[in-house]
Amino acid sequence: MTIEQLIWLVPLLPFLGFVINGLGRKSLSKGLVGIIGSGVILAAFIISSFIFFSLQGDTQKSHEVFLFDWISAGTLHIPLSFLVDPLSSIMLLIITGIGFLIHLYSTSYMQEDEGFGKFFAYLNLFVFFMLLLVLGSNYIVMFIGWEGVGLCSYLLIGFWYTNSAYASAAKKAFVMNRIGDLGFLLGVFLMFNFFGSVEFAKIFPQAANMLPGNNTLILITILLFIGACGKSAQLPLFTWLPDAMAGPTPVSALIHAATMVTAGIYMIARSSALFDLAPFTQHIIAIVGAATALVAAIIALTQTDIKKVLAYSTVSQLGYMFLGLGVGAYTGSFFHVLTHAFFKALLFLGAGSVIHAMHHEQDMRHMGGLRKKLPVTFLTMMIGTIAIAGLPPFSGFFSKDEILAHAFQYSPVLWGIGVLTAFLTAFYMFRMMFLTFSGKYRGAHHEENHVHESPAAMTTPLIILAILAAIGGAINIPHVFGGNEWLAHWLTGAGVAQHELDLSHSTEYALMGTSVVAAIIALIYAYTRYVNGARVPVADEAPRSVLAKISYHKFYLDEIYDFIITKPLDAFSRFFYSVLDKKFIDGLVNGLGWSTNEASKGVRLLQSGNVGFYIFMMVIGIISLLAYTFYYI
Amino acid sequence: MEQLLLLIFIPLAGALITAFAGKSAKIVSTVFSVASLGLALFIALNFIPDASTQFEVNLPWIADLGIHFHAGIDGISMLVVLLTNLLIPIIILSSYRHDYHNPAAFYGLILFMQAGLLIVFTAMDAFLFYIGWEAALIPIYFICAFWGGKDRVRINMKFFVYTIAGSLFMLMGIIYLYLQNPAHNFEINAFYALSLDSEQQGWIFWAFFIAFAIKMPVFPFHTWQPDTYTAAPTQGTMLLSGIMLKMGIYGVIRWLLPIVPTGVQDWATLAMVLSIIGIVYASLIAFTQKDAKRLVAYSSIAHVGLIAAGIFALNQQGMQGAMVQMLSHGINVVGLFFVLDIIFSRVETNKIEELGGIAKAAPQLAITFLIILLGTVALPGTNGFIGEFLLLMGVYNYGIWAAAIAGLTIIFGAVYMLRMYQNIMLGKTNELTITFTDIQGSEKLVLYIICALIILLGVYPKPLLHLTEASVQQLLEQVNQKLISVK
Repeated sequence: MTIEQLIWLVPLLPFLGFVINGLGRKSLSKGLVGIIGSGVILAAFIISSFIFFSLQGDTQKSHEVFLFDWISAGTLHIPLSFLVDPLSSIMLLIITGIGFLIHLYSTSYMQEDEGFGKFFAYLNLFVFFMLLLVLGSNYIVMFIGWEGVGLCSYLLIGFWYTNSAYASAAKKAFVMNRIGDLGFLLGVFLMFNFFGSVEFAKIFPQAANMLPGNNTLILITILLFIGACGKSAQLPLFTWLPDAMAGPTPVSALIHAATMVTAGIYMIARSSALFDLAPFTQHIIAIVGAATALVAAIIALTQTDIKKVLAYSTVSQLGYMFLGLGVGAYTGSFFHVLTHAFFKALLFLGAGSVIHAMHHEQDMRHMGGLRKKLPVTFLTMMIGTIAIAGLPPFSGFFSKDEILAHAFQYSPVLWGIGVLTAFLTAFYMFRMMFLTFSGKYRGAHHEENHVHESPAAMTTPLIILAILAAIGGAINIPHVFGGNEWLAHWLTGAGVAQHELDLSHSTEYALMGTSVVAAIIALIYAYTRYVNGARVPVADEAPRSVLAKISYHKFYLDEIYDFIITKPLDAFSRFFYSVLDKKFIDGLVNGLGWSTNEASKGVRLLQSGNVGFYIFMMVIGIISLLAYTFYYI
Repeated sequence: MEQLLLLIFIPLAGALITAFAGKSAKIVSTVFSVASLGLALFIALNFIPDASTQFEVNLPWIADLGIHFHAGIDGISMLVVLLTNLLIPIIILSSYRHDYHNPAAFYGLILFMQAGLLIVFTAMDAFLFYIGWEAALIPIYFICAFWGGKDRVRINMKFFVYTIAGSLFMLMGIIYLYLQNPAHNFEINAFYALSLDSEQQGWIFWAFFIAFAIKMPVFPFHTWQPDTYTAAPTQGTMLLSGIMLKMGIYGVIRWLLPIVPTGVQDWATLAMVLSIIGIVYASLIAFTQKDAKRLVAYSSIAHVGLIAAGIFALNQQGMQGAMVQMLSHGINVVGLFFVLDIIFSRVETNKIEELGGIAKAAPQLAITFLIILLGTVALPGTNGFIGEFLLLMGVYNYGIWAAAIAGLTIIFGAVYMLRMYQNIMLGKTNELTITFTDIQGSEKLVLYIICALIILLGVYPKPLLHLTEASVQQLLEQVNQKLISVK
């Protein structure tokens, strides 16, 4: 079996799962739904692995598989075709691999939910669209997946739609994504005009012959970056992602780790040939990324909802990845996508395990002391926390430091922001861990004895992910540690631009040392505060300092957007409707029509009201007109 | 040629028989409309998708005035003929739950209107075109005025007068062209061949444009539309929004562009600006509408604005996008109005804030409504995407800023549609919606057909694009050649 023969199965299987579970959600048993839903993803993972390994042994690193002609108009031809190369094949592994673990976990987590079948149908659909996104051989097929995951996030965030706040969060996610999508679309139009194609294989070779700083390329890349900002939750479009935790926790794991938010980074890595020629855009990306990383980390410091902390940490980590993309560390960013997928899936599923045990309590102020009760969850989440904090030798350390080293080379200021963010990250993550697992139990007393570890279907994924989060860094050990940077070599086969670090080993050691020390200080500070000091965040209404207020209220961004965008647009809407439309334009029309109206009164008298008679007369009229014809023939 | 005559004759005969069919009018009209659809499909299957005019009929009619019964079908006509004959049975089927008083007249009028529409969409003689144009208007006027809701008489008088006024401008234009024509006939090809100077073309442009712009409607000629759509019985709204407004779009493509290309070129910027203003303006108004039917009415103005913009961009992508979107918009808007009709039939209101939580009680309706809505907001994989993508690309080729502003429909459409969906379907059930029953029988059938079409055309639009491609290309070449020869 060759790659060409197999690849279409990878997206088709989840799609079949969606159809079967969607149609059979009422008639199939939960067990069967779970088996089908997870089974199709597992099968897709097995095929993806096969494809991945056969690609390794293959001299030809990129395979285009044509399915059918989709849209054509004039010179525009858009085939539905797939591209299998090192970049997409590794994405397939992440999506189906982590996706499978999340499905497996969900069979237990969602067991009590009445929408079990629907949930699995949506999850399958989500994976399907994500696979389409990474497999597309042109920007339009990518766009199907791009908007498709937007739809699925809408469906899943609003899964418990009877809660109108959740439904609003779903809508917000969709709309914010759409803002980015418009940018993406315009970028695609521009590319079509400029390159005469939307196919990767036609665009990138042409770009290779261009000089850096081409204005059109800058515009194209900025528009694409706007798209990435929506999907990958960057400033100013990130506010949907924290709200997205309204969905069931496995959904958060799926959105934050395996799918959706990685799309923007994937897209830019895929288009690195273009971005590399647009230094201006790269500059913007680096700044936006660094700013997002810092802002989200500051917000995460004071959050009290365990999922919100994780949500902001995702935004912050995505900021890192964009910082990496901006400074030209495409491999580093992609590396971080990979390691982040491991530890963030782990952390969300772990949080889900805690929430499950605590009977849907998400507020860390009501947790505490869960270490003994949830040992597996605690241990695995601790590994995830160490990984995200960037402590060696866990995976996050390697990927984060690769980004930071490139950032240092690009601009020490950006590096400084990166290290500061690393410090904050370690602090709020350990804060979360200590608040949840150390100290005394602060939850409802009568439930204390009912808190127990989750079943194996939930802990097994945690353990697997914990192992990956621990050792995942091995795929791209830098030269400075005697590694061979396997991932960088692998991605070169997909045309992902590589930039060598031009730093001495001693500088590299110093940089790493700085960020590790920063993380350790943060850890100790968090320990003294929340374990020794046993501090618990204050109640919502309690007074806070100005800075804490800003952090706790997320820089008031939602309020600001509401004030400068939503409210004015609604005001315009009402003004346009009741004044401009009703009074002015329609007033003019009525004025103009008045005399005609008067004149038509006479005609109205001829109407008798018998419609059958009218039809009869009309048909007779037409027939007599026609008959006139035949009279003359 | 027999097929084309038959195509017009079936609904005409159907109208007559239905008008005297009494209580069985529903069934009789269904039979005729399905037969029409069958014939249209047959014609489409035998249609060779090149640029030629096929199934042509050319009979002398009122010879003294050089009027011919001249009709034919090219790719562009084929598409709108399919649209008409596809939607009419769906619209009739959608009325099955209703017991309209005087059904014989109601269904007879629908079929009569169909005949008028088919004449409009196939006419190659300006006089015939005009006859069809008015023949389609009269029945819809009656449908809205007799079976409509509150305040229908006043609203319909305005609608009627407004559109008639527009058509009179067109009539003047046609007569002027006739007088300029040395052959003294109303042949479309003779009109194409006329060489008019740019001032003449300007006048003709406006005469036609106003008629078409009112019909679509294009901003600022739209104020009749929301009231009319809201007050009309659902089937009337469907006929107006699904098919009738396409008369205006078709008119622009068939009559306006090729006859007065210089006029179009001179005024295209203005037409473009109006179209794009319409998109943003109507979308914004839709944001805060309280009545769902009115909200959809405004959204339709926005969508039609984009179609108009795509056409006035005068390029292949825009024009092909307009073609696909005519069909897609017809299907989707009929679906939306049907969903609102289903809701109204259960709870007697379309006021958004009085509803909520229906999804819980009616999951099937929730899913089908969502699919239609996704088609409307142009999600890839639905029919709406193919059209909007090509339209925006066409507008983009006209100018990046035009596309950026027109593209706001992508965002705004999601805002007002999802707001509506959330307020109607999601959230908690209230005392009004708690007893809501899910869709059944004919409702299911109609919604399933519509959803299937939405996905089918979104995933595999190739046959549709292929159908119109050659004709559109020829039309654009014709326009361009004429523009060059003027210079």
